[in-house]
Amino acid sequence: MICLGIESTAHTFGIGIVSDKGHILANVSSIYVPERGGIHPREAAQHHAAVAKKTLERALAKAKVRINEVNLVSFAAGPGLGPALRTGATAARAISSFFNIPLLAVNHCVSHVEIGRLATGAKDPVTLYVSGGNTQVIAFEAGRYRVFGETLDIPVGNCLDVFAREVGLPSPGGPQVERLARKGKHYIALPYVVKGMDLSFSGLMTEAVRKHRAGGDLYDLCHSLQETAFAALVEVTERAVAHTEKKEVMLTGGVAANKRLREMLRLMAGEHEARFFVPSMGLCQDNGPMIAWTGILAYKHGVRQRLEDTVVNQRWRVDEVNIPWR
Amino acid sequence: MSLMKKGAEANLYLEPFARALHRAGEGKLVVKHRISKRYRTPEIDEQLRESRTALEAKLFSDAKRASVPTPVIYEVDRVGMRLVMEFIEGKQVKLVLDKLSRNARRRLCELIGRQVARLHRAGIVHGDLTTSNMILTREGKVYFVDFGLGEYNPSLEARGVDLHLLKRALQSIHFRVTDEAYRAVLAGYQREFGRGAGEVIKRVEEIEHRGRYVAKEDRTWR
Repeated sequence: MICLGIESTAHTFGIGIVSDKGHILANVSSIYVPERGGIHPREAAQHHAAVAKKTLERALAKAKVRINEVNLVSFAAGPGLGPALRTGATAARAISSFFNIPLLAVNHCVSHVEIGRLATGAKDPVTLYVSGGNTQVIAFEAGRYRVFGETLDIPVGNCLDVFAREVGLPSPGGPQVERLARKGKHYIALPYVVKGMDLSFSGLMTEAVRKHRAGGDLYDLCHSLQETAFAALVEVTERAVAHTEKKEVMLTGGVAANKRLREMLRLMAGEHEARFFVPSMGLCQDNGPMIAWTGILAYKHGVRQRLEDTVVNQRWRVDEVNIPWR
Repeated sequence: MSLMKKGAEANLYLEPFARALHRAGEGKLVVKHRISKRYRTPEIDEQLRESRTALEAKLFSDAKRASVPTPVIYEVDRVGMRLVMEFIEGKQVKLVLDKLSRNARRRLCELIGRQVARLHRAGIVHGDLTTSNMILTREGKVYFVDFGLGEYNPSLEARGVDLHLLKRALQSIHFRVTDEAYRAVLAGYQREFGRGAGEVIKRVEEIEHRGRYVAKEDRTWR
């Protein structure tokens, strides 16, 4: 069985082709880069529509698969930006109906965890999923992926990106902050906000920008921003590990590229005698294979949808999804 | 010194009173030691451990003053990052909630809701309202035994987040009885808090709809 998965929740228009043996035959994507400022949902959607055909052709060529060999089409129906989601949905429906292939709408966050499990061999991890659009601590419990902690306002990737933009660093901001942070020597106190299991980054971001405007050293501020944000992330992940007593920790999402965050999580996992996993970056960032693989898991466990079940949902929570394959 | 619980943030030790504090004392007590975390930078580590130790002691005593059962604090050690406190005999609400009869569960949840309201009226938010932080005694009292993430904050937002966290704990741990349990918590909360409770509950709903699940187009900045 071969599944073609379409990811288009935010910046990335990605197509993945995956077999039911878990072989990733193609992982092709095109990323929308705003000329200035943050992501504009309508422009992202226009980008996705413009590159859809070409990306599909590239993916099929890479996988050496003809479209009539594809047995299933899946797409990310949420959470994400409405216009971007609808573009991916339209592409998926078009392929599905034109070539008469079954169609499945899958959840973006579930897919991040599932491709991580496939890629790393982790069986039952506490997952820290951190990107420009999401910040969640997720673990499987009684038939669903439950959220053990999440941001109450902005995602941590957004916090780093906006800070970078406000202090004049080029985009993408996260890697720039990481680079400068390595030269930071002094910790400047910034608001550390953990509310039980949940996090908040908007006050941290604002205060870091304010301290920069007040003349704070940029290297020190980048260091302090990372240390503060990541300590909070690791603390909440640690709470979930302690609570669930799971023996695996996984990091995924675009912010997983950050070496300091990896180091901190690895230390924490070690203290709980848990193994630590990070998928390759191509599978941490938004990607098509994760959508294809989750489509296969769902389809093989009897999930079927009619066309009207495949509407997009910008706020589709990970804990609303039944997981019959676990 | 026997390790009672290895938490994410602190270790709890059970000790004979006579050995830990004074040889004339009887019974047992609990030592809560905030442990150092190697993963975070030393500045953050020290600052968090010291401020949380000192603040927690004050919160315990002010909660008690607001008629919320809490252990007595015997000693606050800001150098050793330790709190020495009374040992509360009973069962974790986490372990009993699902097993109770529907009526008993409703009464327990109403009591919890009332106690949260008392804290809020006293200007305190708990910050970590989960059923593993609550001890049900044989007399039917519910002790709040962990104020490690509590703060003095009388804002609607903080109170909303506090209740939201309790709801989240019910959803993740007591998912089979979440709805009835949360309804009972709110009933108790409303009765004790009085005027203004509706506003807090409305804010909880608002908080649930925030974050990632609000379309970015609706946000005030981007």
